[in-house]
Amino acid sequence: MEYPKMVTVDRVEDEAAGIKNIFFKHDLQAKPGQFVMAWLPDMDEKPFAVGFQTAEEFGLTVSAVGPFSNTFSQVKPGDRVGIRGPYGTGYKLEGKKLVMVGGGYGTASLALLADHALQQGCEITFIVGARSKDLLVYTERIKQMGCTLITTTNDGSEGMQGFTTDALEKLLSEQTVDKVFSCGPEKMLLKVAEVCNGKVSCEVSLERYMKCGFGICGHCCVDPIGIRLCVEGPVVPGETALKITELGNYHRVQSSRKETL
Amino acid sequence: MLASGVMGVSGASLKYVSENGAGAVVSKSIGPEERKGHPNPVLAEFKGGFLNAVGLPNAGVENSLGELEFAQKNASCPVIVSVFGGSKDEFVDVAVKANSIGPPMIELDLSCPNTEVDFGKPFATSCDDAAYIIREIKQRISTPIMAKLAPNVPNLAEIAKACEDAGADAISAVNTMPGMLIDIETKKPVLYNKSGGVSGPALHPIAVKCVYDISRTVKIPVVGIGGVTTGKDALQMMMAGATAVQIGTAIYYRGIDVFRQVCEEMETYLKENNYSSINEIIGAAH
Ligand SMILES: Cc1cc2nc3c(=O)[nH]c(=O)nc-3n(C[C@H](O)[C@H](O)[C@H](O)COP(=O)(O)OP(=O)(O)OC[C@H]3O[C@@H](n4cnc5c(N)ncnc54)[C@H](O)[C@@H]3O)c2cc1C
Ligand SMILES: Cc1cc2nc3c(=O)[nH]c(=O)nc-3n(C[C@H](O)[C@H](O)[C@H](O)COP(=O)(O)O)c2cc1C
Ligand code: FES
Repeated sequence: MEYPKMVTVDRVEDEAAGIKNIFFKHDLQAKPGQFVMAWLPDMDEKPFAVGFQTAEEFGLTVSAVGPFSNTFSQVKPGDRVGIRGPYGTGYKLEGKKLVMVGGGYGTASLALLADHALQQGCEITFIVGARSKDLLVYTERIKQMGCTLITTTNDGSEGMQGFTTDALEKLLSEQTVDKVFSCGPEKMLLKVAEVCNGKVSCEVSLERYMKCGFGICGHCCVDPIGIRLCVEGPVVPGETALKITELGNYHRVQSSRKETL
Repeated sequence: MLASGVMGVSGASLKYVSENGAGAVVSKSIGPEERKGHPNPVLAEFKGGFLNAVGLPNAGVENSLGELEFAQKNASCPVIVSVFGGSKDEFVDVAVKANSIGPPMIELDLSCPNTEVDFGKPFATSCDDAAYIIREIKQRISTPIMAKLAPNVPNLAEIAKACEDAGADAISAVNTMPGMLIDIETKKPVLYNKSGGVSGPALHPIAVKCVYDISRTVKIPVVGIGGVTTGKDALQMMMAGATAVQIGTAIYYRGIDVFRQVCEEMETYLKENNYSSINEIIGAAH
C-alpha cells in the first residue's frame, strides 16, 4: 500500500558538519541503492537513500541543505516520521573485484552495498572524496568493514590530492576490476561513467526531484530518454547515465520548470 | 491513450509513454503561469485506487512550449495538449498560446478538483462557463477541442450538451472524484492539500455511468476515463459509448506498458467473440 507508515526515531548520530545519521527500528528490507520517502506531517515528504540496514533497524543519512532536510536533521529519539518504500532499482552486484566511488552523503548507500558484497566474498576498494579532510564521511565505517580505503581531498589535507575520479583512473590503469559503483555529486557520477565507459561495467545512483516515488507523477523523468528515476532508477548503468543529456546541465524544480545546474 | 497528469510532465516523459503502446498521449495540464503544485504527499493509495492532489504543477505555458515541441517531434503517436486557466479568459489565452505549436487536439481541463482554494469551483460545474470558454476558443483557433468533465455534478449530460452546442469536437470524461483519506495516527488528512481526487478502480463504475449518460445525449465522440486497468474495463467504457479510452493510474498497477497490454486484451476478446471491428461494440450497451 503506497501510504506512509509512521515509524519512531531510535537515535541520531552526527556524521560530519551538517550530516546526520537517523535510525529507525523497523525491518525495511530494502536492497542497497533503494530509497524511501520520508514524511514530516504538515511539511513535505522527500526522498532519502537507505544508508544503514539490519533486520531490526534502518538508517538514513540526511545532509541539511534546505528547509526540509534542516527540519529532518533536528528530529529527536521518540519522534515519529512517516516512511514509504523502499522504492527504485538497487545496485546489481556482479563479479568479485569491486570499486566503490563515494562523495558526500552518497557514500552511505555504497557502504551498505559494500556490507552485502563483503558477505558474498567480494573484494572491495572504496574511494571516498571530499573538498577537505574534515568533510570526509564514513571512512571509519568503511575501514572497519574490511574494504581497502582510498581517500582523496581537493586540497590534499588527507589522502591523495585531487578528485575521486583521478584515483579511479589510476586504479583502473593498474588493476582489473569487475564492476564500479558510484553515488555522490552529479558531475562526479558523470565523470565516473565516462572513465568506465567501454572499459568496465559501472552503475551510478542519480537524483531528480521526486513527488510520488512510484512511477505515476512523471516528475523524475529525464531528458531525452524519458525514463523515471524513481522506477527505472535511481541506480542506472553508466551507459544509460551517458544517454541522459540533462545530467550536469539542468534539472527540473518542483513546478517542472528546467533550472540550470 | 495516456490520461493527463499521469507521467506527461515533460516532453521526454510523453515520448517514453508513446514507446509503450499508447495510441495518443495527453500532456500534463498547462496553465498561464508557473505553479509549484502542492507539497508532498500528493498521492496516497487505498484499497480501491489512489487519491491525488498534485495541485497542477507546471512550468507555465511559455516555458512548456519547448517540452511540447519535443514531444511532438519525438513521440511515436499524436500528442494532445491539456490546458487550464484560473479564469475563463485565462483559459482561452492559454489554449491560444498552446495552439502555436500546432497540436492535433487540445483538451480543456475544466474539471480539476484540487485547486478550489486557488481557483474556486471547476468550470465544468456550469453549462454557461464551459460553453463560454469553448465558444471563445473556437472563435480563435480551428484545432479540435475536447472538453474534459467532472463526475460530481448532477447534470453531467446537460453540461456535455452545452459543450457540444458551443462547438466542442469531443468530450472526455471523467476527471477524478473528490475524496479524502485521514491518517488515524496523526489525525490529519494524509494529503498536504487535505482533499484530493479519487482515481483508479474505485472510479471505474462511476465513469462508466457518466460515459453512458453523456453518449446518449451528444453526437460528438466521447473518450472514457476512469479506472481503466484491463482490456475488459476498456471494453465496458466502449460499450457505454466511448470511442476511445484514456488510462492513468493503471500504469501503477500494470507498468508503463499497460497501454500495449490493454490493446492486446481487447483484440483477443474481439477475436474470440467473432467481432470484425471495434465499432461493433461502441455503444452496444444502449
Ligand atoms: C533517490 C534520491 C535519494 C536521495 N538520498 C538522499 C540522502 O540519502 N541524503 C540526503 O541528504 N539527501 C538525499 N536526497 C536529496 C534530498 O531528497 C534533498 O536534498 C532534499 O529533499 C532537499 O530538500 P530541502 O527542502 O532540504 O532543500 P531544497 O532547498 O528544497 O532543495 C535542495 C536541493 O534538493 C533538491 N530537492 C528538493 N526537493 C526534492 C525532492 N522532493 N526530490 C528530489 N530532490 C529534491 C532540490 O532540487 C535542490 O537541488 C536524495 C534524493 C533522491 C532523488
Ligand atoms: C497524479 C494525477 C495527476 C492528474 N493530473 C491531471 C491534470 O493535470 N489534468 C487533468 O485533466 N487530469 C488530471 N488527472 C486526472 C486523470 O487524467 C484521470 O482523469 C483520472 O486519473 C482518472 O483516470 P484513471 O483512473 O485511469 O487514473 C490526474 C490524475 C492523477 C492520478
Ligand atoms: S517521482 Fe513520480 S514518477 Fe518518479
